[in-house]
Amino acid sequence: MSNKEDVALLAHLMRRAGFGATKEELARYTEMGYEATVDELIDPPEDRQSGKTAMLLRYLPGCLLPGGTPTPGQYNWMYHMITTQRPLEEKVALFWHHVFATGNAKVDNCDQMLEQLTMFRKYGMGNYREMLVQLSKNPAMIFWLDNNENHRDAVNENWGRELLELFSMGVSNYTEVDVREASRAFTGWTIMPKLPRQPFGRFPWRYEYLGEDHDDGEKTFLGYTGNFNGEDIIDIIVKEPATARFICRHLYNFFVADEVQVPAWTIEPARDEEALDMMVTAFEESGYEMKAVLRLMLNSDFFKNARFAKIKSPAEVVASTLKLVGAYKTPEPTLPSIGSEPGYMGQALLDPPSVEGWYTGSEWINSGSLLARINFVADRVANTSFPGVRSIIGDMKAAGVTSPEELLEASLEHMGFLEIGDETRQQLLDHAKAEGNMDWSNEEASGTRVGEMLALVGATTEYQFG
Amino acid sequence: MTSTKKDPVIVVLQLTGGNDYFNTVIPYNDPLYYDNRPAVQYRQEDIIKVDDQLGFMPTMGPIKNLYDQGKVAVLHGIGYADSPRSHFRSMDIWHTCEPDKVGTEGWAGRLARELDPNKENVLSAINFGHGLPRALVVPGVPVAAIADLETYGVLTGISDDQQRMKALDLFARMYSPAVGSGMVTDYLRSTGMEAMTGADIVKVAPEMYSSSVEYPNSPIAAHLKDIAQVYLADLGTRIFYTQHGSFDTHAGEAGAHPTLWKDVSEGISAFFEDLHAHGTGENVVMYLFTEFGRRVHDNGSGTDHGAAGAAFAIGDAVKGGMYGQYPSAKAEDLEQGDLVPNYDFRGGYTTIIEDWFGLDAKPIVNGSFEKHSFL
Repeated sequence: MSNKEDVALLAHLMRRAGFGATKEELARYTEMGYEATVDELIDPPEDRQSGKTAMLLRYLPGCLLPGGTPTPGQYNWMYHMITTQRPLEEKVALFWHHVFATGNAKVDNCDQMLEQLTMFRKYGMGNYREMLVQLSKNPAMIFWLDNNENHRDAVNENWGRELLELFSMGVSNYTEVDVREASRAFTGWTIMPKLPRQPFGRFPWRYEYLGEDHDDGEKTFLGYTGNFNGEDIIDIIVKEPATARFICRHLYNFFVADEVQVPAWTIEPARDEEALDMMVTAFEESGYEMKAVLRLMLNSDFFKNARFAKIKSPAEVVASTLKLVGAYKTPEPTLPSIGSEPGYMGQALLDPPSVEGWYTGSEWINSGSLLARINFVADRVANTSFPGVRSIIGDMKAAGVTSPEELLEASLEHMGFLEIGDETRQQLLDHAKAEGNMDWSNEEASGTRVGEMLALVGATTEYQFG
Repeated sequence: MTSTKKDPVIVVLQLTGGNDYFNTVIPYNDPLYYDNRPAVQYRQEDIIKVDDQLGFMPTMGPIKNLYDQGKVAVLHGIGYADSPRSHFRSMDIWHTCEPDKVGTEGWAGRLARELDPNKENVLSAINFGHGLPRALVVPGVPVAAIADLETYGVLTGISDDQQRMKALDLFARMYSPAVGSGMVTDYLRSTGMEAMTGADIVKVAPEMYSSSVEYPNSPIAAHLKDIAQVYLADLGTRIFYTQHGSFDTHAGEAGAHPTLWKDVSEGISAFFEDLHAHGTGENVVMYLFTEFGRRVHDNGSGTDHGAAGAAFAIGDAVKGGMYGQYPSAKAEDLEQGDLVPNYDFRGGYTTIIEDWFGLDAKPIVNGSFEKHSFL
């Protein structure tokens, strides 16, 4: 039994530090052990690929188009989530997309959004200061928050404000004057070439620093005075205690358990102050290294004990379901339509509703999104033409699953070692009992029955948690 | 209310992102407008004059037509003191009526609870779009979210009718209320039940609908058309909510702002035309708001986050006209470069709640606020 518990814990780890895991992957991780798995997630060997990009390009060359419907960037990313061999790197990229929310609604150039995503993959698990410097120079971000319109003689506060409010310290830790001064320090940080979209269309941007458009005058920011440039501002921000707390609370909310929504953070204490303190200490003592805080968090008891303490985000629902049923291991022609699915559940990838990103936890759920989640999962796990579903059916048959109880237990295991309440268990069991024992002699009917049980497990309230 | 009179209905249209008030209802005879907007101004000859002071921006023609019929009220200088100039926080304040702390309940959700205290109709309030705005979120109050009216239902993938009936029966049992299952699970259960019931009822709306009115091709027009279908199906919905955006025109305002208002104006015009063509609509008031106006002086290609804005009430029952004072744009009267709000946004809600729905607004908007007499 202890082996089953080990696998269940690794399934939890992979839901959080990745997008779920296939049976084969779980077997490999179980063989390696928990801590060694965390080590590999944090420092993946070079030969483990972040997604079969070359194959995606060969099958669907449109995946790198800057425009198009459905949005090429969305299915490109979804394909990486499903096929990556560097799952934590991909999950951390999604984490930064939540925090540094940039939207294609304005950027209107998927290629540029994917470039930002590549930057998140490359720097996301590195040093947070370096991450902010890269972010400040990221063309999609510069355009999104108008820093290309932030001039020595006409200051645009958009980037300066959000850098403080949403990307580092959180509200109420700075003044309007600080916003102004930070914005001045980032004048001249712009993108080239500055061709208007009309009539030239979309074109690749690159970061450029224009010294003659930079306000080199004296600035007073958070009590420090000097002729600050952008990197000086970042140096000050990173060392503010509010920053480490804000970033670690985001990490806790994203990886461990659902917190109250971000605007309440200045008022409501953290869900687990002790855990947050441990994370903040690891972050600060390492000099703001993401790997240090991720390693502490994933190996902690508070993480291991937080099984099913989060409502799954739509991206997690879609990617983990597709991994489970073994869909899109190669870029099948219908892949583009999959990119839109998280959007129907309230999380349009690469296109958050605003720079504040998404509300999380139970805010993912409303009658529309709940229907979309349940229907998406049910439609796939009940489809016996998917290789992953056929493999589950084969496993159950080989294991000699016979009684309604055994059918339910096996279904829960295959759906991520899901833990359900007594009442739900009884209702599912009553439903299964009405059909009696499994009859494996009828191949089609028994397959359909397994698929239907998986769909009903996917339709429970419990399955909304991950 | 007599039995022959239809229950009042509201359609809330949220202009997300912060609409530029100064460039929407324009003080076209004020030199300060032209001085402050070297980059993003509308030319005087293009502005649609409403009176000798104010005019609508050029793509608001369809709204001006309704205004001329006495069906549009403009609420000037609306907002609240000490705008945080953050979309996040500001929209939260408009949604929860809590400027000083983080609110957990939305005003429209509270209104829905007052209108249907016994939860007799899961379609009392509907958002048309993905997800729910916080304005409609109150624990225990059912609100439907319909992204697309055509494809709405539970476990729609189970094709065998008998199996689907059994699955829906199980679903109903799994999602029925239970004691001690925790707040989030309670919320999941009630949401699931509402979804199932609502989907069953609402599917008649597109089946019943036919119309000669052509809606323009825009996301907001598509939502307004869905709203018209549900309204015309007479399912007892009292609050319709939708949004359009983004009005966050920091840069490129000269290109984006006219298109945004063209889509909104034409959509609204088609919506009322559709209702009138069906011989109804007199019990519908539409309310347009945005989380804040924008800075008076432009930044060279757009405008930054500001404070005071304008709200609009539109409908047959609306007493059209200008309400309140346009805030002074003189430099000495601005706060941090912004028009200063002189009318509390909760007053607009209060007018609707009390003078349209006949309910006490105080517990819904958290206090007493000055009303305007547009209803």
